[in-house]
Amino acid sequence: MRLFSKIVVATLLSTGFVGQTMAAECIAPANPGGGWDFTCRSITKIMSDIDAYDGSIQVTNMAGGGGGLAFTHVVNERNTDDDLIVAASTATATRLAQNAYSGMTADQVRFLGAIGADPGVIVVAKDSPYQNLNELLDAVIADPSKHAFAGGSAAGGYDHLKVLMALKRKGFTDIKKVKYIGVDGDADAITQTIGGFTAAMTGDISGVIGFIKSGDVRVLASFTDERIPGFESIPTAKEQGIDVVAVNWRGLYTPKGASDASYKKWTEALRQVGSSAEWKQAMMANGLAPFNKVGPDFQNYVDGVIAEVREMSLELGVMK
Amino acid sequence: MELFANLALGFSVALSPNTLMLAVVGCILGTIIGALPGLGPSNGVAILIPLSFSLGLDATAALVLMTSVYYGAMYGGRISSILLNIPGDEPAMMTTLDGYPMAKKGQAGNALVLSGVASFVGAFLATIGLMLLAPILARVAFLFGPAEYFALYLLAFCTLGGLGSKNQAKAALSVCLGLGISMIGVDKSTGLTRFTGDNLHLYDGIDFLVAIVGLFAVSEVFIFIESHGKNSSIGVKLEKVTIPFKMIYQTKWTMLRSSIIGFIAGVLPGAGASLGSFLAYMSEKSLAKDKEKFGTGDPRGIAAPEAGNNSAAGGALVPMLTLGVPGSGTTAVLLALLMTLNITPGPLLFTERPEVVWGLIASLLIANIVLLILNVPLVKVFSRVLQVPAAILLPGVTMISFVGIYSLSGSYFDLLLMILFGIVGFFLRKMDIPTVPVILGILLGSHMEVSLRRAMVLSDGDFTYLFSSPISIGLWVAAIIGFIVPIFLRRLLTISK
Repeated sequence: MRLFSKIVVATLLSTGFVGQTMAAECIAPANPGGGWDFTCRSITKIMSDIDAYDGSIQVTNMAGGGGGLAFTHVVNERNTDDDLIVAASTATATRLAQNAYSGMTADQVRFLGAIGADPGVIVVAKDSPYQNLNELLDAVIADPSKHAFAGGSAAGGYDHLKVLMALKRKGFTDIKKVKYIGVDGDADAITQTIGGFTAAMTGDISGVIGFIKSGDVRVLASFTDERIPGFESIPTAKEQGIDVVAVNWRGLYTPKGASDASYKKWTEALRQVGSSAEWKQAMMANGLAPFNKVGPDFQNYVDGVIAEVREMSLELGVMK
Repeated sequence: MELFANLALGFSVALSPNTLMLAVVGCILGTIIGALPGLGPSNGVAILIPLSFSLGLDATAALVLMTSVYYGAMYGGRISSILLNIPGDEPAMMTTLDGYPMAKKGQAGNALVLSGVASFVGAFLATIGLMLLAPILARVAFLFGPAEYFALYLLAFCTLGGLGSKNQAKAALSVCLGLGISMIGVDKSTGLTRFTGDNLHLYDGIDFLVAIVGLFAVSEVFIFIESHGKNSSIGVKLEKVTIPFKMIYQTKWTMLRSSIIGFIAGVLPGAGASLGSFLAYMSEKSLAKDKEKFGTGDPRGIAAPEAGNNSAAGGALVPMLTLGVPGSGTTAVLLALLMTLNITPGPLLFTERPEVVWGLIASLLIANIVLLILNVPLVKVFSRVLQVPAAILLPGVTMISFVGIYSLSGSYFDLLLMILFGIVGFFLRKMDIPTVPVILGILLGSHMEVSLRRAMVLSDGDFTYLFSSPISIGLWVAAIIGFIVPIFLRRLLTISK
């Protein structure tokens, strides 16, 4: 057993669970492997590779509460830490809007910027009767009980809200009637849709690339301003007259009490990563599309998203 | 012949001195991770993600390391189940039922060898299945909607009655406790929280590893303290270790049947290795003429769950590779690792990246053989553990599990929760209520619930939707038979007596 424990301790040490050094830190509010983990690991790696940041940045995983644990940790214990960045995404903003971080609010941290985004898409199986977004939405409006959507986030999550936003743009207001099932991730949602259990899938494009290539599905629309690079045949919702832009951005926030100098330093570093060739390659590999909002710009954008999500969530009854 | 060409391609990718060494290292590491309570295969593989980032491992090396750790952990879980009555990871839970009683009879060596061979058979057959059938089997996932999944989980719960053969009511109580615990957290169907008391730590629900370590390991310590060390179940006698050829031969059909059941459970996304080992155990028990022997150290009770869970581990790779749908917590981490290696799973992976797929299959075969070679001679070393006095061994194991659990979330909250589970486990044991059903309730309960809720959303609350497809009807029939037949059989037996 002594040998066992030695090996365990060695393993734990080597993976950085222990050994907090003086280096800067990037908190990924989830276990290794998810989107937040990717954000921290790839951005910090490129930051040091292209010398956008002096010194080393260590990645820490702090899973729990859908990012809420890390958020409360930053607000309560690290509020003035200049050397701390935290991975965030659309899910962070959605949960903040819905008071899902036990009452913590978005203005308790400072949003730094996002430099890539996973575009939202609406996907149907290849044998579906619907050829474009309007046909699908019209059918849903005509009989909501016959058309269910599957998505990777829980009910009231961003995948669900995207569909509702699109329907609202078409003048449909009875959003509680729209059927949505939250399954375990985008790939699971697409499986249910190909299987014919749901009419369409709502999610991000990165999760369905394999199915697009194999021809098992048809993407009716992307929720982006421009067509997605590499997927130019997919029309945007805007082109089809439905003005919804909904992407799952990948970005960072810093503690509220950190100095302005450090905020400036981090935004500068993030900008450099955003325009680097290395990042473009990482985005390509992970199905991300360009999305560049860094600094105060980004803060305004996040505030806007939060306001819209809050309004819809109250209407939908997914928050108190 | 294409198959052999593909396999040759795979081995040319996976077979080099470097990768072989990685396979051995991965297998040893995996076995240890699997054997330690509190560290499961998913943690084991998760450790590799930061490693592959910082070491800059290339795709082949990372794949070989990852698969050998994955299979190694699936092998390793049985060791502490058999020797200590503490499952090393959740799929190894069923192995405690017969493995530990066998060790208590002095046959720890036999149990370890037999379970090692069963693991090999299960994993080997699953790899063959993956190789030959993956593209076809991937389509099976399209046939399973919420109603079908609900019926599948129901089938698992219906057969549970036969588990606690002594007292059905106690087993049922224990399952209900597990089902209740599984409801804690954010409800995916509404996005609202349940039973969390506004504590963020509870939003993601209770990690079953916390529950397992608490109920099995911590409660063992409490019992040990209460009896001043006299009543310890640990410290079983150890006889000479030989290879039990007869036992292996006798359980050959058990292994084969269990491998098939496990593989199917693995192929279905969401079900995973725990369901595989559980269904394998229960179906072997229902097939046996001498049911009462199960639970007292029957070799079949070891061969079945071990073949089942290792086979399910291989089966879970089918939806992961062909659909990008992780079939279990561990495959979710594996999937993430593949993504960081720029490999996008999906229907075209087998044709677009043959070197990856066949390299993976070749490394699975290599890992499996390395594990068999490592595991059988090491039985002697493993069983030495039993010679350590319980007063040292037990706290030691518990300490390690504390470290393991802490590494999951880095918060002391889980440790407190684990102690709470230890106290609950202590009282359950005092009342002679089995703890295995609690874990099954936690593991499978939430899946069953969300499947039902989704089915109800899709059908506007129409319950007939649950019986609307041939697959679901078939599963319902099996579930009803599984529930009712044991009751009648028991009556029949008592009458004939």
